[in-house]
Amino acid sequence: MNVATKQWVAVGQLNDIPRQGARCVKNGEMTIAVFRTSDDRIYALEDKCPHKNGPLSQGIVHDGCVTCPLHNWVISLETGTAQGADEGATLSFPTKLEEDGSVLIGL
Amino acid sequence: MSKQNLVIVGNGMAPGRLLEHLFEATDSYNVTIFNAEPRVNYDRIMLSPVLSGEKSFEDIVIHSEEWYAGHGITLHKGAKVSKIDRAAKTVTSENGITAPYDKLVIATGSSPFIIPVPGKDLDGVLAYRDLEDTYGMMKAAKAGGRAVVIGGGLLGLEAAAGLRMQGMEVTVIHLMASLMERQLDPAAGFLLQRELEGRGIEVLCEANTKQILGTDKVEGVELADGRIIDASLVVMAVGIRPSVQLAKDAGLEVNRGIVTGFDLKTSDPDIYSVGECVEVGGMVYGLVAPLYQMAKVAAAHLSGPSDAAFQHVETPTKLKVTGVNLYSVGDFAEGPDREDIVLRNASAGTYKRVILRDNKVIGAVMYGDVADGGWYNEMLKSGEDVSDKHETLIYGQMFQGGGAVDPLAIVAGLSDDAEICGCNGICKGQITSAITEKGLTSLAEVRAHTKASASCGTCTGLVQDLMTITLGEDAAAVPEGMCGCTHLGHGDVRRLIVAKELKSIPAVMQELEWTTPEGCAKCRPALNYYLISDWPGEYADDMQSRFINERVHANIQKDGTYSVVPRMWGGITTPDELRAIADVADKFDIPTVKVTGGQRIDLLGVKKEDLLPVWKDLNDAGMISGAAYAKGLRTVKTCVGKDWCRFGTQDSTGLGVKLEQFLWGSWAPAKLKLAVSGCPRNCAESTCKDIGIVCVDSGYEVLYGGAAGLHIQGTTKLGNVATEQDVIEVVGALTQFYRETGYYLERIYKWADRIGYDHVKAMVFDDLEQRHAYYERFVYSQKFAQIDPWAERVAGAEAHEFSPMAEIKLEAAE
Repeated sequence: MNVATKQWVAVGQLNDIPRQGARCVKNGEMTIAVFRTSDDRIYALEDKCPHKNGPLSQGIVHDGCVTCPLHNWVISLETGTAQGADEGATLSFPTKLEEDGSVLIGL
Repeated sequence: MSKQNLVIVGNGMAPGRLLEHLFEATDSYNVTIFNAEPRVNYDRIMLSPVLSGEKSFEDIVIHSEEWYAGHGITLHKGAKVSKIDRAAKTVTSENGITAPYDKLVIATGSSPFIIPVPGKDLDGVLAYRDLEDTYGMMKAAKAGGRAVVIGGGLLGLEAAAGLRMQGMEVTVIHLMASLMERQLDPAAGFLLQRELEGRGIEVLCEANTKQILGTDKVEGVELADGRIIDASLVVMAVGIRPSVQLAKDAGLEVNRGIVTGFDLKTSDPDIYSVGECVEVGGMVYGLVAPLYQMAKVAAAHLSGPSDAAFQHVETPTKLKVTGVNLYSVGDFAEGPDREDIVLRNASAGTYKRVILRDNKVIGAVMYGDVADGGWYNEMLKSGEDVSDKHETLIYGQMFQGGGAVDPLAIVAGLSDDAEICGCNGICKGQITSAITEKGLTSLAEVRAHTKASASCGTCTGLVQDLMTITLGEDAAAVPEGMCGCTHLGHGDVRRLIVAKELKSIPAVMQELEWTTPEGCAKCRPALNYYLISDWPGEYADDMQSRFINERVHANIQKDGTYSVVPRMWGGITTPDELRAIADVADKFDIPTVKVTGGQRIDLLGVKKEDLLPVWKDLNDAGMISGAAYAKGLRTVKTCVGKDWCRFGTQDSTGLGVKLEQFLWGSWAPAKLKLAVSGCPRNCAESTCKDIGIVCVDSGYEVLYGGAAGLHIQGTTKLGNVATEQDVIEVVGALTQFYRETGYYLERIYKWADRIGYDHVKAMVFDDLEQRHAYYERFVYSQKFAQIDPWAERVAGAEAHEFSPMAEIKLEAAE
């Protein structure tokens, strides 16, 4: 991603997102899933599984990955790539967590 | 050629293994076994998990009755041999059975050493040797109180840990200055002691038992220094003595054990001996690996001329206490010609020590981090010169070459003759070639063909790694454990959750040593269910471990929308309910309205953000969630029954409504669908449901275990009852038994196939007391389950699930 064109957008507070869970952010036509891991790291992926567009935000979060609710593909939260034998990747966005708990996404 | 008579005295693990080898090579013997214990052959080293409640006797049986029958073996159970007549070539048992032999194998094993102190014969003083002792301890543990274990060696500590897990207070009395001093150095002994004390086990080292107190049963133990410890149970685990009396009486050469040559022949060439009773090369053995080697050598000589010879091999020691990792092998006494390399990590509580002589590994002791035990043992066996890796040796195999920490790479890097299974002496090459040559694909098959990991089971992970390496990811996708995060199966996990009172997902993962930090999408929902089922009212449902359907109480569809199904009790509805459903469908533009197979109405294509208002409208019309998404009670389908039908014998509709009102909200291992038919014409299709009721003139038939999905199967009858209340009690009890023992996602028919229909009937139908107890437990758990999730969420629960966190309206970038 081209850093020069990036814009940091505040999308809410860390506590708005359940641990090992996700919330959605609507960005025009696109939905972005914002994940919070058990150790409070934040990741953002387009809410579309590379397999059949399943909503990743609805999956189970574990060990830095999310398992898609439709067909159990496992997607890396950090890179958006499918794990194991599956191939494919979904868009990932950089995130920032401010000291006051604000969550920012780089778009 | 007519068959020769082979008689075996003793039915432990060594002769069991001997027969396996023998039958592979020849069928030229009629085999007769005399067993002093009244049962088949079992895995004695697994008694500790039986004691701790982690396994049952059935789990540790090596050879079933069928195996003996299949090989035409005459097995005299509970028959202790009292005499060998070498001139007549016969043996005779105490209960008067005489058998002639051409070849005889003495496998009398060992007996526990009982220290000769006053009080040793009191009731409540046990050894730790066989299943009777184990059951005796479990029985004593039920009564509670304090147990004193005399002896801080391998067996004593396993007994102490098991008794502690059974809920007793435990004190270990050990004569020496540190625990397991024969296998561990003092540093590792200290770490072990600290771990055991952390579990509430009191450890007294350098403590000498003076006498056991009590009049007719044990009341306490007095030490030589005058201290008195109250006790209701005393376990002596100070050592074993080879059982040689029978051989001695027969005039065979006996020293510490029954003396044999390296061919395992005693001083009489027609008599062999194997097991703990043997003294070979001046050594007596107690660990299973050398005993199995004896069995193999003796079998080779019995099946024909052979040059097989027993060889002394260093055997690593491991303690079978869940959560304690220690490993020791070889020689670790200190000496001027030896070099020690030690690595400690105090915060992690780990300790590693490798002992070298002439730049060769001669011993290793590890506590906490034992991953490199096999690697050191391999160097010890090969005697390779380790000068080139001297500096980095202690950091382990992964450090060599500085590769990424991948456990598979470690296993892949082992040489073909690296030992994987210490109990059975199975090397890597034997396992990988068995997998490829015989096309093995499951752990059970690998165990059956190679014996690797079939004894104590601590190398199961290594064997699975080997399967993954040999077969590729296909093998990794179907591990024997419940998922890739653990090698424990569902049954083990369920048993341990109850036995160890684990009440949260992190507690389960920590105590049962999950290999991943947070589990995966397979194990987390299973654990969440097991905890809900086992600890009603105590465990808080973990929404993040539920599949989306159960988290948002609707069924996700392929386009990411949801379907909503309100309950219609027993398939009965009203014009008002139907109007409300029609209004909801109009108001929210719901594209599809469909009648389901379970006699209710499905609204398909609801957008996630519309779920709350849809539920609110349905709630307002008096309807609740139909749980059409749940691993739990779905529907109770009915026919119209005697109110309308000219054939109806009972009020099937009314009973269906009552059952659904009784059962709704309950979670189960998998979905649960019921039906009630008003007569044997069975219009509600009861005979293919998870649980079905068929009304008859005299009452009700209760059926269960039907399936009509991928698999089609008719129900099996549980029994007949007279009243509606009886139906409700039996169905409640059956459901609860299934809830408590089913594996996650295992439908009731698979569960019943697995545990047996007779068993289910005995538990929840025939035994009225038991039936009522299960029913009561179900009723209790329903107190926490019968809450309409829609109403809760309309009132504000889990609000984050249903609305986006933000909508970004981006301005043009500046």
